Amino acid sequence: MGASQQFCTFFLDGHVFGTPVPKVQEVILHQEMTRVPLAPDVVRGLINLRGQIVSAIDLRRRLGLPERPKGQLPMNVVVRTDDGAVSLLVDEIGDVIEVEEEALERPPEILQGFPREVVSGVYKLSGRLLLALDIDRVVDLSDLKAPDGNREF
Amino acid sequence: MDEIVKDFLIESAENLDRLDQDLVKLEGAPSSTELLARIFRTIHTIKGTCGFLAFARLEKLAHAGENLLSRLRDGELTLNAEITSGLLAMVDAVRSMLAKIEASGQDGDDDYAALIAHLTQLQSGRANLPPANVSPVDVAQNADAPASGGRNEEAVVAPQAAQPRDTDAAVETIRVGVNLLDRLMNLVGELVLARNQLLQFSNTTQDAGFQAVSQRMNLIATELQEEVMKTRMQPIGNVWNKFPRMVRDVALSCGKDVRLEMEGQDTELDRTIIEAIKDPLTHLVRNSVDHGIELPEARKQAGKEASGVLKLRAFHEGGQVNIEISDDGAGLNGERIRQKAIERGLVSAQQLARMSDRDIFNLIFLPGFSTAEKITNVSGRGVGMDVVKTNVEKIGGAVDIQSTVTKGTTVKIKIPLTLAIIPALMVTSGGERFAIPQVSLLELVRLEAGEGGKGIETVHGVPVHRLRGRLLPLVYLNRELRIEHAPVKDLGTDSPTNIVVVQADGREFGLVVDEITDTEEIVVKPMGKQLKGISAYSGATIMGDGRVALILDILGLAQRAQVISEARESALAEKEKAGKRDDSQMHRQTLLLVQCGDRGRMAIPLSQVARLEEFPASAIEMAGPQEVTQYRGRIMPLIRLSPALAATGMETAAAPPEDHLQVVVYSEAGRSVGLVVDRIVDIVDETLVVQNPAERRGVLGSSVIQKRVTDLLDVPSLVRDLIPGMAESRARV
Repeated sequence: MGASQQFCTFFLDGHVFGTPVPKVQEVILHQEMTRVPLAPDVVRGLINLRGQIVSAIDLRRRLGLPERPKGQLPMNVVVRTDDGAVSLLVDEIGDVIEVEEEALERPPEILQGFPREVVSGVYKLSGRLLLALDIDRVVDLSDLKAPDGNREF
Repeated sequence: MDEIVKDFLIESAENLDRLDQDLVKLEGAPSSTELLARIFRTIHTIKGTCGFLAFARLEKLAHAGENLLSRLRDGELTLNAEITSGLLAMVDAVRSMLAKIEASGQDGDDDYAALIAHLTQLQSGRANLPPANVSPVDVAQNADAPASGGRNEEAVVAPQAAQPRDTDAAVETIRVGVNLLDRLMNLVGELVLARNQLLQFSNTTQDAGFQAVSQRMNLIATELQEEVMKTRMQPIGNVWNKFPRMVRDVALSCGKDVRLEMEGQDTELDRTIIEAIKDPLTHLVRNSVDHGIELPEARKQAGKEASGVLKLRAFHEGGQVNIEISDDGAGLNGERIRQKAIERGLVSAQQLARMSDRDIFNLIFLPGFSTAEKITNVSGRGVGMDVVKTNVEKIGGAVDIQSTVTKGTTVKIKIPLTLAIIPALMVTSGGERFAIPQVSLLELVRLEAGEGGKGIETVHGVPVHRLRGRLLPLVYLNRELRIEHAPVKDLGTDSPTNIVVVQADGREFGLVVDEITDTEEIVVKPMGKQLKGISAYSGATIMGDGRVALILDILGLAQRAQVISEARESALAEKEKAGKRDDSQMHRQTLLLVQCGDRGRMAIPLSQVARLEEFPASAIEMAGPQEVTQYRGRIMPLIRLSPALAATGMETAAAPPEDHLQVVVYSEAGRSVGLVVDRIVDIVDETLVVQNPAERRGVLGSSVIQKRVTDLLDVPSLVRDLIPGMAESRARV
């Protein structure tokens, strides 16, 4: 039997995504956010996580998926990064699942449409695919358009 | 690492810092037995502890130093520069060995044989006595006597070899890790937030008991905050400690003679700020010695004392700390700075021409600027002054430089006391809350509904407010942050306008916000790196209701809005003349400069200007032969300045077909007349020397303004001439 890893899974626009459990600090319900004018639009705002100020990144926007339907409140998956906690906004939280390393495949061509560099691998589950996210790349927005740019709102 | 080794390292590092100072002081007072005893004791302690901890190499070196010192102390040798240098070299060697111990637990492979030989040679140089064989214990006792009650009041968990200390002091102080203090500060920050929440909640209830408790809680939290803040305060002297040594070394290496004077070493600052200003200060001090103060011969030729004076001064003022570094050197060479600035393409010749001396001097803070003729190992590498400025501004401070040729240069730094908890003004704009740090705040101005239009004008397309005669450029926060989809309220609508007058980089501007709520103590928290690039914010904070609010970075905002450079333009023109102010204080007037076609520039005393307006060309109507426009529910006659000033009766070409008219409104006895000009050029503060008083109608005479001959308009007489009866013309319509 090969090595296995636990993944925290969540849903975005019908796709299943996951990140290794140790990366996840906590999962919390929707929080009130403070908008940050001039910020890149993937940053939806700042939340107060027990006195700590945490940026909330909308994963749908980060992955180039269609906007979340109006009225559907996102949930926060708070992940640990080198730069402190960051919250990822997802549609819904899934189970923690155990995946075998053998189920891992390179990100295939079907990933067209996503920024591929943030997907570290694809796991074949029974009946569906789990896209494993590279959290450090997800929270690194330096490749995106300069936040201070002259984007019109 | 062993606790005991750690303590030894900490203690030794502190002692060595003091040693540097003491040795330099000793050079000035070679016979001070007290200083000698203290120095001796420090080295002796290190030596003794090394023996105990089995750092043989370090022990040997310290021993050589100790021997030399004992000869000095016993008066068998007199201190000279050579011996001082030798001792300082020993201190450096000890320091590097300590660093090795810290890194590896061992005192390294270098046994400093040459240095030890040198020290031994120094001590036997003159009087050929065998190495001092004073028993260390005796020495310790001797040395301790004059030094007890000395400056080191911290209790030290000292290894065996350390001497007994002043016991009272030992009881009153304990050593606490900086980490612990930082954690305490964070917790107090949280407490302050919880307090704010509690207070907000208590305002909504009627329960007297609860209100009393929360009041008490409020007081305690405030006091606790102050006290914890104090634990993090350190005297600025902690940074200055190393300067005597540094100044000595730098001065020696460039053959200069520099006396360092320090004032206000006790001025306290938060330790995070102390850390942040360490490097900028070091750089400035080096710079002053290296470039500021001249060589002794040059000084004598200039009629100054051969030794230069470098003065450090620190003091509290208005919740900020001021630090001044001044030298009595040659001063900055404005001409060279000009040349360099052009050479390096930092400014254009036109910009330069308009700059005051002060602005010229401040050019040296631009990146890539260095006027040093030769690059020394000390300074002049073209990095530095800009880094100084950036570092100081990063912590919310400001740098300014003043200089007089042959008299010297003074660099002034203003920095906040602390960064962790700051008072701030809360405002809202576009439905969002923002905090404006109190340090950037000057005043609040509220223009009531009707006044909104009256208070805001446009100069060069920049909205301005005339505040006590000065023009304040305005920045609309919601526009700058692009936080409103709906068209922003236009100039002069019915709702009141709130202007927060702030300053950044020494310039003032007005921030227009929707609402000003309250001042509050806020805890500054960093934002994630995803948001670091946005210059408009310096951080975020958590409000009483638990929500996050952004803290505005006034300097960054000003730069974004380019209001500083705009303001600079007009301020420059003003300052350019400030230099000449001494020549004639009289007849100083604020003038509006306008461009009127072929007549060129004209000046109108600002006191005669009621408002500046812009009308679409379509708003012009005719009332008989008179051009008029509707203005504030009345009919205002218009005078086109350029034809009006031409010889009477002479027909000029029809008005150029322009979309918009720039109009200077003049009011007299409740009636207004609009003077149509081509362009509003500037507003200047000028000493008027009216020359060749003219016979021409409507012109008082000419004056040189901004290096150009400019006609000065006599608006009242012009208006009386051209509009014989304003009441009459109104009646006709």
